[in-house]
Amino acid sequence: MYAQMVDTGLKQVQSHADMSDEEQAFQARIDAGVKIEPKDWMPEAYRRTLVRQISQHAHSEIVGQLPEGNWVTRAPTLKRKSILLAKIQDEAGHGLYLYSAAETLGVSRDELLDALHAGKAKYSSIFNYPTLTWADIGAIGWLVDGAAIINQVPLCRCSFGPYARAMIRVCKEEAFHARQGYDIMMKLAGGTPEQKAMAQDALNRWWWPSLMMFGPSDAESVNSAQSAAWRIKLFSNDELRQRMVDQTVPQAEFLGLAIPDPDLKWNEERGHYDFGAIDWDEFYNVLKGNGPCNRERLRTRVKAYEDGEWFREALVAHAEKQAATQAAA
Amino acid sequence: MSKEWPLWEVFIRSQHGLAHKHVGSLHAPDAEMAINNARDVYTRRNEGVSIWVVKAADIVASSPADKEALFEPSNSKVYRHPTFFPMPEEVKNL
Repeated sequence: MYAQMVDTGLKQVQSHADMSDEEQAFQARIDAGVKIEPKDWMPEAYRRTLVRQISQHAHSEIVGQLPEGNWVTRAPTLKRKSILLAKIQDEAGHGLYLYSAAETLGVSRDELLDALHAGKAKYSSIFNYPTLTWADIGAIGWLVDGAAIINQVPLCRCSFGPYARAMIRVCKEEAFHARQGYDIMMKLAGGTPEQKAMAQDALNRWWWPSLMMFGPSDAESVNSAQSAAWRIKLFSNDELRQRMVDQTVPQAEFLGLAIPDPDLKWNEERGHYDFGAIDWDEFYNVLKGNGPCNRERLRTRVKAYEDGEWFREALVAHAEKQAATQAAA
Repeated sequence: MSKEWPLWEVFIRSQHGLAHKHVGSLHAPDAEMAINNARDVYTRRNEGVSIWVVKAADIVASSPADKEALFEPSNSKVYRHPTFFPMPEEVKNL
C-alpha cells in the first residue's frame, strides 16, 4: 500500500506469555479498543514499526505529487489544471499531517526527510511509474487513489491516536481525488475513438501496478500478524486487493473499458471476482529501485529540496531578525 | 539546514462560532509563517474563520500517569449530571 511490507523487527508474533506486565497491559488496552497516545507507554517495537509505517506513508504522499506534477502545465483546460493543482496541494497536506503524526513518536521531521532524500526510506512502488498521457492523471485518481482509500478507511480506526486522526482528515479529502480521476476517465471514455483508446491504454498500464500497491500476500507474514495484533493493520493485503477488484470492475464496465486481465471472472460461489496472477518480480524490482522512474523521482525530490534551501534560510534569518528587534524594544 | 524549525500546534475556529479546536501541528520559523502555513495545511476547504498557533514547547500537558488522580474524583459524582434525577413524566419543562 502507501506503506508496503512494513518490518516490525520481530521474528515471531509475541505471545501473551512472552510479554512483560507492561506489554500485557498495553495489549489489553489495544484489545479493548482504547487509542494509544504519544505519551502513553508503548513497546519499542510498536513505536519503531509505526515510525516506519507512518513515515513511509508520508513519503508516498510527497513523492506522489511528482507523477501528477508532470501534467500541471499540460492539463487540457484551465478548470482541469486548477483541479489538478488542488489535488497535488492536498497530497502535500497529507504528507504533512502524516509527518506530524510520526513526529509524536520521537523522530524529527529533518531526520525523516534526510532518510527519504538519501534513498534510505521507502515510498509506495506505484509512484515509480511514468505518467505518459493525460489519461494517466484520470487513471491515477480512479485507481491509485481508489486503492489508497480502501487501505486508509480502516486505518481511521487504528490503535495509534495521531495516525488515526491524520487518516480521518486524509480520507475526507481523498474522496475528491478518486472522483476527479473517474470524471476524467468518463470524459475520455465518452469522447472520440482516440480519446477512448487513450483511456484504455492508461487502464492497461495502471491496473496491475495498482493491484501490486497492496503488497504480496501476507497470509504467512509475521510482520503483518504482529501489526494486526497491534491494530495498525486491520485487513490482510489479499482482502484489501479483493475489495479493490470487486469495486473497480463495475466501474470499468460503466466506462466501457476492458480490464487487462483474461482471467478476470465473476465467481458466483465466492461472491467475488477471480483475477489473474500478479507479476511479483516486477513489484520487487520496483521496490529495489529499478522501476521506470525511481531515480528520476528521487532526483526531482532532492532538487526541489535543495533549490528551496535559500528560501528556508531567508525565513529563518527574517525570524531571527524580528525576534532580535523585539527583544531590543 | 542546520536548525530545525520549531513545532507549532494549530487551533481553528470553525464557521459556527464554536471554540477553537486543535487540528494538528506544523513546523515554521516564526509565528507569522506558522499562521500562513496553517492556512494552507488546515483550511483548504473553508474549515475556519480564525487560526491560533502556539509553540508546542509552550504547552503544558497532564501526564497519562496522573489520569487517575486527575479524573477519578469526578467518577463518583454522577449527581452532577441532570439525568441523575428522574422526573415524573407529567412534570414538563425540567
